[in-house]
Amino acid sequence: MSQPAGVVAPKPHVAHEGHHEELGFWRQYVFSTDHKIIGIQYGITGLLFLFFGFSLMMLMRWQLAYPGSALPLLGTLFGEARMPGGTMLPDFYNELGAMHGTIMVFLGVVPLAVGGFGNFVLPLQIGAQDMAFPKLNMASYWFFFLGGVTMLGSFFVPGGAAQSGWTSYSPLANIAGTGQTWWLVGMIFLITSSLLGAVNFITTTIQLRANGLSFMRFPFFVWAQFVTSFLLLLAFPPLEAAGIMQLMDRVAGTSFFLPSGLVVSGQVLTVAGGGNPVLWQHLFWFLAHPEVYVLILPALGIVAEIIANNTRKPLWGYRSMVYAVIFLGFMSFIVWAHHMFMTGMGTTMAAFFQTTTMIISIPSVVILTALIVSLWGGSIRFNTPMLFALGFLPMFGIGGLTGLPLGFNISDIPLHDTYYVIGHFHYVVAPGTIFALFAGIYYWFPKATGRMMNETLGKIHFAGSFVCMNVIFMPMFLLGLAGVSRRLFDGGASYDFAQPVLHLNVVSSWGAWVLAIFQIPFIFNFFWSIWKGEKVGDNPWEATTIEWAAPSPPPHGNFPVAPEAHRGPYEYSVPGAARDFSPQYEA
Amino acid sequence: MDIPYTVEVRRDTGLTNGKIGIWLFLASEVMLFGALFASYILIRTGAPSWPRGDTILNVPLATFNTIVLITSSVTMVMAWASLMRGRFGTFRIYMGGTVLLGFVFLVVKYFEYSHKFHDGLFPSTNNFLAIYFTLTGLHMLHVLGGMAVNAYLWGPGAKLWKKNPVWFTNRVENSGLFWHFVDLVWIFLFPTLYLL
Amino acid sequence: MASTTSDHAADIDRHVRVYITVFVALMVLTIITVAVSYLDLSVPMAVTLALLVATIKGSLVACYFMHLISEKKLIYAVLVLTTVFFVALLALPAFTHFNGYWIEE
Repeated sequence: MSQPAGVVAPKPHVAHEGHHEELGFWRQYVFSTDHKIIGIQYGITGLLFLFFGFSLMMLMRWQLAYPGSALPLLGTLFGEARMPGGTMLPDFYNELGAMHGTIMVFLGVVPLAVGGFGNFVLPLQIGAQDMAFPKLNMASYWFFFLGGVTMLGSFFVPGGAAQSGWTSYSPLANIAGTGQTWWLVGMIFLITSSLLGAVNFITTTIQLRANGLSFMRFPFFVWAQFVTSFLLLLAFPPLEAAGIMQLMDRVAGTSFFLPSGLVVSGQVLTVAGGGNPVLWQHLFWFLAHPEVYVLILPALGIVAEIIANNTRKPLWGYRSMVYAVIFLGFMSFIVWAHHMFMTGMGTTMAAFFQTTTMIISIPSVVILTALIVSLWGGSIRFNTPMLFALGFLPMFGIGGLTGLPLGFNISDIPLHDTYYVIGHFHYVVAPGTIFALFAGIYYWFPKATGRMMNETLGKIHFAGSFVCMNVIFMPMFLLGLAGVSRRLFDGGASYDFAQPVLHLNVVSSWGAWVLAIFQIPFIFNFFWSIWKGEKVGDNPWEATTIEWAAPSPPPHGNFPVAPEAHRGPYEYSVPGAARDFSPQYEA
Repeated sequence: MDIPYTVEVRRDTGLTNGKIGIWLFLASEVMLFGALFASYILIRTGAPSWPRGDTILNVPLATFNTIVLITSSVTMVMAWASLMRGRFGTFRIYMGGTVLLGFVFLVVKYFEYSHKFHDGLFPSTNNFLAIYFTLTGLHMLHVLGGMAVNAYLWGPGAKLWKKNPVWFTNRVENSGLFWHFVDLVWIFLFPTLYLL
Repeated sequence: MASTTSDHAADIDRHVRVYITVFVALMVLTIITVAVSYLDLSVPMAVTLALLVATIKGSLVACYFMHLISEKKLIYAVLVLTTVFFVALLALPAFTHFNGYWIEE
């Protein structure tokens, strides 16, 4: 490994346990500027939103499995305006659908993957004391919190929360109820949070990495977060602009997205017109496509760390993985209109976006292949984090492969906006990303708390979740191929052609409800282990990356002595070494 | 805790954290205004007709505002240069001038907007006005934000000069970068909206 | 960034001269911008000229007031990347719109 030139040796600093003069409870645990506390805040809040968003879906799945029937007991909780006599109204279904997507993506997965894991692990993994801008970091969390409160609050406004899909297409979103305005305001808070976070992550990674930690010695997790931050930084602003314009349309009566002569409920809208609904789609998907890579990249990073650690060998193809993730990040900005094949674009532009979309599948395949090949010849330890990481691989594979027909204009025609799409992206995010996030929680729990989570409960959590995820999402491909559209409040029940496949809705619903039950061991395990988990030292997994040099849990300032990187990130089973791992930080 | 490279540069990048941070933020702002310009292009080219800017908007007033903003950019960079020369008093004058000129810009915009409203011209009237108000409105918010930071650095924030002059100079430089960017956006906004 | 002020003084003096020069150039270019708009040019011509002048003005602000002309490679890299995506954002939706199937090819 070559030595990086010209890196200034930072003065050895001492982590100050009591230096921050006994900050009161609020400054230490609520308004903290410590990246670890902020990371945990993001993590807990993200998990809560994840379960809330999941609950919205569990409610929807009753309507999908048994359309028009009253939900016993719980059905009466939602009032006559939404579920009269316990039967779900279509508008409420739409509310649940739009908010399920919004909450899972923007309040659940990204805050957990980037805000939670990024904040907690990144500075530790590069040997830094904290982020470059600790106060800005705190501000990021509170903007996120504000966004979350706004989104939750929108359920209580007249007309309910946003109900025009998480994609908020105009002109429907323009004429929707007040909840949509709240959605837009909430998004502005969330986007601000992400932008500030991205600035912090990028600056920190470049400037605060330890002596000897050159870019090609970064753990893959660091690369993943680094590229993700660029996606957030440069892709979110256009959605912010679009949000401002839709707000102007709704509140100031402009017609950015309203075409002339639009008829609503038999009346022509008295607006200036001349707007373009497809403009909203361009600006939305300009963000939302890179956003799906924001959803997957941190997960790939987590899985990479866990696979290297539990195969006791270096990652295969590290360099290709790095080039692939950089190339992927770049390409992600120029594929977005594959979500818009049905908007009337001509063959030239369709060909352009198909081409870029096919090209972008290459780096994904490179990374997945490298992770799979990394297993070959390894001494595999089947602990809970590894089980989730292994489960991730084929699930991400299915998700990725099923995306291919969607990326081609011609095959997208019958598949667009059907359950096939829902199956595709859920495979990538649910048994994909969320499994990686679970893996990360089990893996880094001992670093954050000094205790291990229970293995038996972890294995039950994994086995049950793995089976249920497939039960839920595999049938959706069949449903979509049969032609059942997404966002139908009765799951297709009113269509003749859908009758032969409707039973699949029941299968998916039961899969979802049983999946919920299998999260109970996880929730119990998580909290029980904080107080009663087996106590462990600094490096219970015998890992090589720098975060394991810090005490568990790390004090304010992280490292008693500034760590230095002496080798690559995955020096496992080095011939001639005393142990089967040679940590990056050991001289 | 002392975060390294807040004041001194890191040898291999040659940069402080704050300098990188502000440029990254400006990159995101380029995408924000870029999206609005992209929207302008799409809406204008899709419109059956589009008024020339000078038939609706007040060009002399906007030209004046352009001169005001460019001048404020000069005073901003001179404020930083004064600090580099160790002249705090001169800094105060130039920074104060920058904030004042920003205020003048806002006052002119207030007159522009209220004149439009008085004439019954609102964002909802047509798409030209919609994009005009949105683009200049967002720009105005950025002017306000920049002024707030500059006012802080002129006032209470200037205490840092005594304790850590280099850190303070860096802060002024970074705030200046934001202010110049605001000027830069206007340099494109002005001809696009008012003259074409 | 700011080390000893004494050896920087001469440097700063030179910078200040540049700032004043750029200021004058910007004023002149602003007058040109407005003057050109009084010429009876076709829309494509007017747009091209206006953007050209704006780009020159913007470059002066960026290079000299924002010190981009002597900035570090990392900043250039970020800005180049941003420019690529900025161009994509401006161009691709427009191309897609004009490549619509409803337009007579």
